[in-house]
Amino acid sequence: MRVVTAGADLLADAVAAQAVDVDRVDWRPPMPGTEDDLATVAADPARPAANERALAAVLGVTARLVDVAPAAEVLGLGRGEFLHAGPPITWDRASGPLRGGLMAGAALEGLVEDPEDAVALFESGDASLEPCHHRGTVGPMAGVVTPSMWMFVLEDPATGRRTHCSLNEGLGKVLRYGAYSPDVLTRLRWMGDVLGPLLRAAVRAAEPVDVTGILTQMLQMGDEAHNRNRAGTLMLLRDLAPAMIASGHDPADVAEAVRFVGANDHFFLNLAMPACKLALDAARGIEGSTMVVAMARNGTDFGIQVAGTGEEWFTGPAQLADGLFLGDYGPDDANPDIGDSAITETAGIGGFAMATAPAIVRLVGGTVPDALATTRRMHEITLGENPRWTVPVLDFQGTPTGIDVTRVCRTGILPQINTGMAGRVAGVGQVGAGLVTPPAEVFPAALARLAELARGRAAGRPPERR
Amino acid sequence: MTHTHVELRPGAYADSVALLQVSRAVQQADGVVAAQVAMATALNLEVLEGMGFDVPAEAGPNDLVVAVRLDDADTLDAALAAVADALDRAGRRAEGGAADLAPHRTTATALRDAPGGLVLVSVPGRHALVEAMDALEAGSDVMVFSDNVPVAHEVALKRAAADRGLLVMGPDCGTAVVDGVGLGFANVVRPGPVGLVAASGTGCQQLLALLDHAGVGVSSALGVGGRDLAAEVGGPSTTEALRRLDADPDVELVVLVSKPPAPEVAATVGSYAEGLATPVELALLGPGRPDLTAAAEAVLRRLGRAVPPWPVTGTAAPASRGRLLRGLFVGGTLCQEARILAEEALGADAGHTFVDFGDDAWTEGRAHPMIDPTLRLEHLARAAADPETAVLLLDVVLGHGAEPDPAALLAPALADLDLPVVVSLVGTAADPQDLAAQTAALAGAGAEVHLSNAGAARRAVELVGSRG
Repeated sequence: MRVVTAGADLLADAVAAQAVDVDRVDWRPPMPGTEDDLATVAADPARPAANERALAAVLGVTARLVDVAPAAEVLGLGRGEFLHAGPPITWDRASGPLRGGLMAGAALEGLVEDPEDAVALFESGDASLEPCHHRGTVGPMAGVVTPSMWMFVLEDPATGRRTHCSLNEGLGKVLRYGAYSPDVLTRLRWMGDVLGPLLRAAVRAAEPVDVTGILTQMLQMGDEAHNRNRAGTLMLLRDLAPAMIASGHDPADVAEAVRFVGANDHFFLNLAMPACKLALDAARGIEGSTMVVAMARNGTDFGIQVAGTGEEWFTGPAQLADGLFLGDYGPDDANPDIGDSAITETAGIGGFAMATAPAIVRLVGGTVPDALATTRRMHEITLGENPRWTVPVLDFQGTPTGIDVTRVCRTGILPQINTGMAGRVAGVGQVGAGLVTPPAEVFPAALARLAELARGRAAGRPPERR
Repeated sequence: MTHTHVELRPGAYADSVALLQVSRAVQQADGVVAAQVAMATALNLEVLEGMGFDVPAEAGPNDLVVAVRLDDADTLDAALAAVADALDRAGRRAEGGAADLAPHRTTATALRDAPGGLVLVSVPGRHALVEAMDALEAGSDVMVFSDNVPVAHEVALKRAAADRGLLVMGPDCGTAVVDGVGLGFANVVRPGPVGLVAASGTGCQQLLALLDHAGVGVSSALGVGGRDLAAEVGGPSTTEALRRLDADPDVELVVLVSKPPAPEVAATVGSYAEGLATPVELALLGPGRPDLTAAAEAVLRRLGRAVPPWPVTGTAAPASRGRLLRGLFVGGTLCQEARILAEEALGADAGHTFVDFGDDAWTEGRAHPMIDPTLRLEHLARAAADPETAVLLLDVVLGHGAEPDPAALLAPALADLDLPVVVSLVGTAADPQDLAAQTAALAGAGAEVHLSNAGAARRAVELVGSRG
């Protein structure tokens, strides 16, 4: 016989004294004010099956890279339309790096001559801002997408559903970190003129790249697929290089493209992110499910979306990351957390797979035991494990998958996110990398809405639209 | 000159038993006159006020209060160090290894990593549903020891259990014996032909103790919670427990013990019981109905066993002052049984008092009085000092989970009293507290000690009655 105990140790001791195997839960009170909503949602008869369905839906998705094409073509993005990372935001509340990214985007599209001139354009409200997430897309850091930018197109072969992400520009002074100097624009133009078309030719000529399969392998090779994508990037190159060489493009361009991709350890991140979104989108709209389907930040707000609450965003102030800084930069230079890249943690990799990536543990100021503990701790707030994505050092245990709003509120354990840090001031670019968590209040807010919907179901009321 | 120090620690948490141990450890530190470390529930604030501490008005039930009174201010650092040390020891866990990196924080993850087994929930009542629901979703039976669980939560849990063919013992289930393992406050009994279904924790313990004394073993005792047979709940756990005991080939006779059930629920459960292959003896407490000792005797007769004399040790002196019976109980059913017997003999509303310190109102944020005797000892002193008090009637309950040596604190409080004290001591010879030693210590302090609670109550009534 085995007894699991939650509560007074004395009662557990009394059972243990009878030579019974006792498993003690380290119970703590939930986040303040969540008791009633937790009980309501726990008692919601729709929840267990809904969460089972949501988890199965996420785990059932595989992602293939099927095309590379301009955003105007695949997203129908028109002149003057800008996508950005995170929940919806307006120019007046936008942070420095988002503004910098938008300014670079406006110059790239030829809407303004000088990026600095774009401020008036955005202040006038003539340009439209929309979250990437609302258009089947995810954007790293500022996440700015403009019509001429080339996008990876990922597809779930079982359903034909697609997600998208821009091409990775590298590190340092880049648009996604809010930089807009001439060299940033020059690189973006080269990506549009040379890299994008070349990748399109290669992807269309080769077998669709199995992005899910590469993720499986890179997790075994020391990448957590958020702050470290070295193995994944090289595996992508291995899959595409023959077709790039045989594409008939100028060999000098091919060489430059291969050099650019191979030298950019983060190139694969822009495939990992839409692969994660493709999987998580499969769980959207499942009534009664308490699973988080997106975590995203726009540099001002941190927002989450939940399977059982439709398209509603639950937001709080984005937090400052804790980590290491490049060069002379320090905490005062950093902008609050930004980017859609927390989609990797939402899907169970990135910070959730810290245990598999000892090389980045020190970058983010941790030790190997800390990394093991982080991944184990994330299992406490997730609905299940991903049997495909496993961690060798944890006996090939699957990565923790499906963040459960109720378990976050119950334990107070917040999702651990690995992140880069953008400069607070537009134009600066990257200043560091580190660890961050969501603002705690977004989870009780989502829980309250889940409880409201559960009460409505119990009373036979149709859900009120938000 | 004494020095008082009170501080709030918002967001700190330890369970009430751990805090009782912390308070006791700090009370023993050098220079400490009085100490209380507790969560700031309404009841605990009252206790702190009673001890003369001023607690900041903003204190809420999620705040930890550290209150100490010292011989002088110089010893404050040492006292706070003792608090820190005791809290640290209370929080330390026995097991080692990888789980220490990130121990399970919910019942759900504990069961996901190692499925199977029974779940015992004793978190504060308003949090209990969530942990218990984890157990049911993982296919485990659950015992909810917690009290102060809203009745709507109980109904939701039992509905979820019924859908899955699982058993919810409780809420407020103090006692169970499952597969020979005692859970909560359970006496050590030999295996045998009787199966118990109990909507009453101490009622169950009284039967365990009496049957054990008569040499009859118990195969299982399934608690169902004091409200299971109430109209709002409707007896689902009682029905499931009866079904299981009926299916158990070791059970020859089932005994259902409960406080008075709702009539319509009693009818449903009664007709369900009649349909079972195993005979069911009903021990339903209530005015005009047989007491628990009579129920135990009926069980023995149905099994063809002899009814032994129930032991009494010591003799209470005749009452020499006052005219009122004061019953101070840790067991709710024992309290109710004594009240019924006293009111039958002495009439209702005659001023006699019966307090159940295990009642929800006395346990919000505090450990059960079978673990924490503080509140009852305080009332005992007050009742003894009251010239109106003629006789004191107390219960002492032994078994797993209960205080390791209840007589050690109670006997000194009884020794100097000049009024008769009658004690019902509920326990078995194999209980960890040593029934014989507890009996001797209490009798040595002048109490008259009964194994039968009904016997003790009748004797107390007789002593009051002799005063006219």
